[in-house]
Amino acid sequence: MIFQAEVRIELKPGVIDAEGETIHKSLKLLSYPVVNVNTVKVYVITLEADSSEDAKKEIDGACRRLLANPVIQNYSIHIENA
Amino acid sequence: MKMTEACILYMEGTNCEEETKQAFEEVGVSAELVHLKQLTGDVSKNLERNLFDYRILMIPGGWSAGDYVRAGSIFAARIKSKILKEIKEFIGNGYLVGGICTGFQVLTELGLLPGFDGAYGVPQAALTTNLNSAFQCRPVYLKHNRKCAFTQKIGVGRILQVPVAHAEGRFIFGENNQMYLEKLLDNDQVVFRYCFPSGEFAGGKFPENPNGSLFDIAGICNLEGNVLGMMPHPERVMDSIQHADWTRTQHDTGDGRIFFESIAEHLKKI
Repeated sequence: MIFQAEVRIELKPGVIDAEGETIHKSLKLLSYPVVNVNTVKVYVITLEADSSEDAKKEIDGACRRLLANPVIQNYSIHIENA
Repeated sequence: MKMTEACILYMEGTNCEEETKQAFEEVGVSAELVHLKQLTGDVSKNLERNLFDYRILMIPGGWSAGDYVRAGSIFAARIKSKILKEIKEFIGNGYLVGGICTGFQVLTELGLLPGFDGAYGVPQAALTTNLNSAFQCRPVYLKHNRKCAFTQKIGVGRILQVPVAHAEGRFIFGENNQMYLEKLLDNDQVVFRYCFPSGEFAGGKFPENPNGSLFDIAGICNLEGNVLGMMPHPERVMDSIQHADWTRTQHDTGDGRIFFESIAEHLKKI
């Protein structure tokens, strides 16, 4: 079966989001009443697996091996039938 | 036949391998450019190389795989999937593993640096986006904090002017910043720190600290001192005229040369 995984990678609380802070400052300079900006990276991955659970297991492995650095990032996975 | 001593490991995107090879050769260390696939066995037999035929593995700077995901992470993941155990054994045998810029990012992603408690394979630190959010490509000043296999000839406290060229060089331990920094200091693993030309540490101040690195860290080594990673590029200042201020100041040679001379000196002993 084909599944679509949406992987959301975000910085852990307390880790400075340099890009988010720069965008925050820029939006304020453009007069938007912005309080905070966090950057989040989203990967949309299409994969083959026997079940939704298997798809999640595969993607979880990919997050641990490559997509997220556990020192500074948290990740979450959402699986849907493609 | 004399063996080639240095394996300069490159892949798609690295672009400092030629300078790094030349730097080694200038100090009398034979070097070979080796593509990652030549070590992982993903090439024809005649092109395969064996890590244990060398005495130093150097991962050069540049980029790798577009620096997508995180800088150095794809390079590291490919190493991890095939030859990480070999590299660990190579290090255990007392041979040298170095990383400059991208190489430092790779060694950190591999968990070989800082390598607390002999662990590897999972990162314990990160080299992440510069606090100023910009690519920094210019000379910085470094203070040599402790000698290791790569820096034996450099006096402790000596100030070197070496260029950086990176967008992701901020060394941090994330939520473990304080605890792991203390461990790093207790283990005496900090080799280079960013400083003012006077030698006073940058104290996190930009532009002396170009990326916002914790404790002004520019380079660290493992506990044994035979694995080193650093963001600045010593291979870019082998000669005096490669210093940005060479018309105004006296440099007999480039400040990076002594780094490679130190490695050459150490290789004679192992």
